Amino acid sequence: MKSPGDWEAGKRQIADLSLWKETFSYMEEPYAAPDGETLAAVVQTGEMEFSVCVNGQPWEAVFDKAWYPRFTPDGRLTALVSQEQQWTLAVDGVAWESGFDFAWNTQFAANGQGLAVFAQEGGEYKMALDGNGWEEGFSDMGDGALAPDGSACAAVVQVTSFSEGDIFTFKKGCYTVAVNGTAWEQAFVNCWTPVFSQDGKSVATQVRVNLYDYTVAVDGKPWDATFPCVWEPLFVPGSTSVVAPVKTPKGWTLARDGKPCWSSFFVQLLRQRFAPDNKTVAAVCAPKYGRWTVAIDGNPWKSTFDEAVWDVVFSPNSKRVAATAKDNGKWTVVCDGKAWDEKFDMVFAPVFSPDSGRVAARAIVNGKQALFVDGKMVAQDFSRAFDPVFGPQSDRLLIKGIKDEANRLVYSREVLVL
Amino acid sequence: MTAIYSIIAGPLMWAVFAVFVIGCIWRVASLAWTARKKDIAVYEYWSNRYAARSIAHWIVPFRSQSMRQNPATTTASFVFHITAIVTPLFLSAHILLFDEAFGISWPALPNAIADAFTILAIVSLAFLVGRRILVPGVRYLTTWGDFALLALVALPFVTGFWAYHLMPGAGWATILHILSGQALLVAIPFTRLSHMLLFFFMRGYIGSEFGGVRKAQDW
Amino acid sequence: MSQVIAKQSKPLPDAGLDKGVEGLTPEKIAKTLQAMLKAEGGARLAAYVNTCAHCGLCAQACHFCLSHDMDPAYSPAGKVKNTIAQVVKKKGKVDAGFIREAARIAYTECNLCKRCAMYCPFGVDVAYLMLVMRRMCHKLGVTPQYIQDTAHSHSVTANQMWVKQDEWVDTLFWQEEEAREEFEGLRIPLEKEGAQIMYSVIGPEPKFRAQLIYQAAALFHAAGLDWTMPATPGWDNSDMAMYTGDNEIMGRIKRAHYETAMRLRVQKIVMGECGHAFRSVHDMGNRWLGYKSSPVQVVHALEFYWELLRDGKLKLAKKYEKPVTLHDPCNVVRGRGLHEMARDVVRASCQTFIEMTPNREHNYCCAAGGGVINCGPPHKPTRVAGNRVKAEQLFRAKADGAQVVIAPCHNCHGGLEDIIHSYGLNLELKFLGDILYECMEKP
Repeated sequence: MKSPGDWEAGKRQIADLSLWKETFSYMEEPYAAPDGETLAAVVQTGEMEFSVCVNGQPWEAVFDKAWYPRFTPDGRLTALVSQEQQWTLAVDGVAWESGFDFAWNTQFAANGQGLAVFAQEGGEYKMALDGNGWEEGFSDMGDGALAPDGSACAAVVQVTSFSEGDIFTFKKGCYTVAVNGTAWEQAFVNCWTPVFSQDGKSVATQVRVNLYDYTVAVDGKPWDATFPCVWEPLFVPGSTSVVAPVKTPKGWTLARDGKPCWSSFFVQLLRQRFAPDNKTVAAVCAPKYGRWTVAIDGNPWKSTFDEAVWDVVFSPNSKRVAATAKDNGKWTVVCDGKAWDEKFDMVFAPVFSPDSGRVAARAIVNGKQALFVDGKMVAQDFSRAFDPVFGPQSDRLLIKGIKDEANRLVYSREVLVL
Repeated sequence: MTAIYSIIAGPLMWAVFAVFVIGCIWRVASLAWTARKKDIAVYEYWSNRYAARSIAHWIVPFRSQSMRQNPATTTASFVFHITAIVTPLFLSAHILLFDEAFGISWPALPNAIADAFTILAIVSLAFLVGRRILVPGVRYLTTWGDFALLALVALPFVTGFWAYHLMPGAGWATILHILSGQALLVAIPFTRLSHMLLFFFMRGYIGSEFGGVRKAQDW
Repeated sequence: MSQVIAKQSKPLPDAGLDKGVEGLTPEKIAKTLQAMLKAEGGARLAAYVNTCAHCGLCAQACHFCLSHDMDPAYSPAGKVKNTIAQVVKKKGKVDAGFIREAARIAYTECNLCKRCAMYCPFGVDVAYLMLVMRRMCHKLGVTPQYIQDTAHSHSVTANQMWVKQDEWVDTLFWQEEEAREEFEGLRIPLEKEGAQIMYSVIGPEPKFRAQLIYQAAALFHAAGLDWTMPATPGWDNSDMAMYTGDNEIMGRIKRAHYETAMRLRVQKIVMGECGHAFRSVHDMGNRWLGYKSSPVQVVHALEFYWELLRDGKLKLAKKYEKPVTLHDPCNVVRGRGLHEMARDVVRASCQTFIEMTPNREHNYCCAAGGGVINCGPPHKPTRVAGNRVKAEQLFRAKADGAQVVIAPCHNCHGGLEDIIHSYGLNLELKFLGDILYECMEKP
C-alpha cells in the first residue's frame, strides 16, 4: 500500500461526530480511510432511508438499507446496499448497475483494484466481480477468494443437489470450487478456504475426499497423500507450489505439495504466511498442549503463551516477526519472541515501519483505544481508533481516532513525529 | 509340612512381595505413560485441590449421594474395605513375622479385635457376594471373574480364622492361608483389584475435571 | 433377562445405521477398531473398562435405567458392557450386528449427561466411554441418519441446520427491523470489529426460533452493551460433530467459531441458552485444537443474565406471575456449575419458584441431550420412554403448583416438550430469556 498523502506533523480535525449525531436520527460506528482524510458511517437520512455519511456529507444516493461500509486498500469507500429488494455494492456513492436478491461478504483485492461480493439470485449463488455476476449460479456457496490482483474470484460451490437428510448422496461428494463461475470437474465431500496464487492463475483449496481423509487440491487435482486433517493452503509466492498445515500421527507439521517440509511437529499449526522475501514461512503453533507461539521455518519461539496467538506479521525486510498473543486473560504484542510489557484487553494486528525498525499496534484498555509503538503508548483515550500507519521514512506515525474533546465527539488525523 | 512352610514363607514370600511391588509400580507407571501419550487431559486438568476434595468425599462413608442412597451396600463396603486393609496390616502374628524378617515392628491390634474384624470382613464379603447374586442389576454385570476375585479375597480371611482358632487341619489351613494371601497380593496389580491403586488417580482425575473445569461437585 | 435382550434386539429402523452396517466385514471392523484403539485408546479407556467393579451403583444415576424399572441393560455399566467393553475385550473382533447394536445404544440410549460419574465410587466417566464408542461407529460409517446429516451441515456451512450465508444475515436484518418497531434505534450490529462482546447462537435460532435473537437483541439494547454478531460462517456455536464422533469436524467448526470472535477482536463470546454448544466451546472442541480452555472467554446466557442483573444493567419492570420450576441442563450445571446463578435470575424475575427434585448437579437429564434428539424421529420413542422419571419429576413439581418449566437450553426444550406432550403434563415451557424479555424495563 502506498503511504497516504499528508505527512506534515500535527493534528487536524476531520469530522465533528456530535454534529453528525445531531443531524441524523441514527448513526452506526464510523470507519476511517487508510490516509485518515475521510471518515464514513451508515446513517439514517429519512423514514426507512439510509445512506453513508462521508465527512459529514451523506452520499447523494439513498437506500432502503446500507451495511458493511469499508474502505478498499486504495481508499475507495464501499458499502453493501439495497434498493427495492435489490442488493448490490455501492462504491463511492455509486451502486453497481447489477443487483441481486442478496449481496454480502465484500472481498477486497490486496492491490485495491478488484472488488467482489457474494450474491444470491433466485435461490442460486454466485460471486460478482466488479459488478459482473457469474453467468451460472450454484445451489449453495461456501468460502470464497479474490485473486491478489483482483483479476479472478473463486468460491466453494455445491454441484450436486441433495435433500436434507440424504447422507448417502452427500458422501459421494457434492462440492467443488468454481473459478470465475466455472466449477472444477472433480467434486469432493467438502471444500474449504480456496486461495489464489500470486498471479491469480491457480487456486488451491482444502478438501475432504471422504468422511475421514483430508488433503489439498490444486486447480482441481488433489494431492496424492491424504491426512487425518489439513488447514488452509497457501501458494508459495511466485510459484504453483502449495504449503498447508497437515496432521500426521506425529503431530501437525507443514507440508509442501503433499509432503511434510518441516521436520518439527506440533500439537497445532495454523495460519502460515510467507515473508516478503517469499522464502521464510511463519505460522501460529502450539509446541505443547495449551502453549502457543510462532514457528518460523519450523522453529518455535522459546516464549509461549497460554491462551492464543493470533496475528503473525512479517517486517518489510523479512527479518522480523510480530505477533499478537493472549496470556492469562490479556493480550499483548510479541516481537521476535519478546512480549511487550504492556498488556491489553484486546489488541489489533501490529504494523511494521517501512524500515522494519518499529512496530505499532492499536489496543483496547478499559474500554478505550490507545496506540502503542514498540510497547510504549503514544496516544490514548480514543472511543474508537483505527490502525496506525508509519510514514515513508519510518519516523512518523499517522494516528486516526475519535475522541471526546470538550464534550464534542471529534475525529482527527494526527501525524506524530516519533 | 515344615519344608513346605519354609519354602512358601521364605523364598516364595520374597518373590511374591517382589511381584506385588513391581507389579503395582508397573501398573501405575504404564497407565501414567499411556496417559502422557494419549490422554494429556489427565495431566493438564489435574488439580491437587480438587483431586483431594473428591477423594475426601468418597473415602468417608455417606458423604456422597450415591452412598446415602445405598446404606446397606455402603456399610458393607466400608466395613469390608476397612477390615480387609487393617486386619492383615495390624495383626500381631503378621507384625511378629515382619519383625523377625526385617526387625521392624509396629503396634498391633488386640487379637480379639482382629478376630472380630476377620469375621466382619467375611460377613461383609458375604453381603457383597449375596448382592451380586440377588440384585438383578448387579447380577447382570457380574462375571465369573468377579466371583473368583471375591473368593480370592475371602480365602485368606477364612483360612486365617481357621488357623488362628486351631480348628481341625489348622496346619494345612496355615499353608493355605499363606498361599491364598500370596495369590491375592500377586493378583492386585493385574486384576480389577488394581482399583486399590487406581482409585486415587481415577477419583482424582474426575474430581479435577468436575472441580476445575466443570465447577461442579462430583458426589 | 431374556425379555431384556428381546427388547434390546428389536431393531429401530434408521437408514444411517442400517445402511451403515451393510458391507461391513469382520475384517474391516477389526482393522478399523484396532487402528483406533492403537491411536486413541488410552489410559482412561483402559482404566475405566478394567477397573469398573461391576458394582451396579451407577444404575440409580441413569434416567434411562430409572425409567425402565431398573432394567440393567439401561444402566451405565450395562451399556458399557454391551458396547465398548466388548470391543476392548475382543480387541475389535466384533461383527456388524454388534456394531449396529452398539451404535444404537451409544447414540440413542445415553445422553452423555455424566450424572453416573457422580454415582460411581471410582468416578468412571461413562459419557467418555460412550463417546469413544461413537467415535468408533463414526470411523465405521455407522451413525444415525439425522445426526449424521447435521454433522454434514456443520462441515459445509459451519452451522447445524444448513442455514445459508445470506439467510443468516437476512434473518438478523429481519429481527432487527421487527425489534425497531418496539425499541427505537435498536441495532443488531454486524461485523463490528473491536466490540466488547460477540453474541453467538445455534443453528435452530435463525431457522425456527428467530424470536430468541430478537429477545437477546432487546436485552443487549436495554443494557447498552457494545456487541456484535458475525455476518460470516462461524456464528453458530453448536456442534453435533462432537456427538457423532467426528472430532475433526468438531475441531474445524470450533476453530471457525473462535477465529470469528478473534477476527472481530471481541473480548468475549456471549452465547444463547444452549447446553451442548457450551460444552463444545469451553470443554471439548478447544481440547481437540490444543487450547486448554476457550481462547476467547465464553459466557453462557445464564451467567450473562446474572451479571446484567448484578450490575444493574438490566432492570426488571415486574416479576413473572405464574409459578415456575427450573430444569437444570446438564451441560451448564454438571458441566459448569451455573445452577445457583440460574436460581438467582429465576428468583429475581419470577414471583413463585418451585424447586423440582433432584436438582442442581443431581438433576435428571432431559433425555434429548448428547445428540439423542438430533438422531431424529426414529428414536423419539426411545428418549420419551427412557425419561419417565423426568415426567414424574415434572408431575411432582406441577402438583406443588408449578405451571411453567424454565429450561435454559435448546435441547432440553426439545426433550421436555416431547415429555410434556407424551405424558400429558400440560406445563408451559420457557427459556429464561423469554421471562427476562417479558419482565424487563423496556427503554
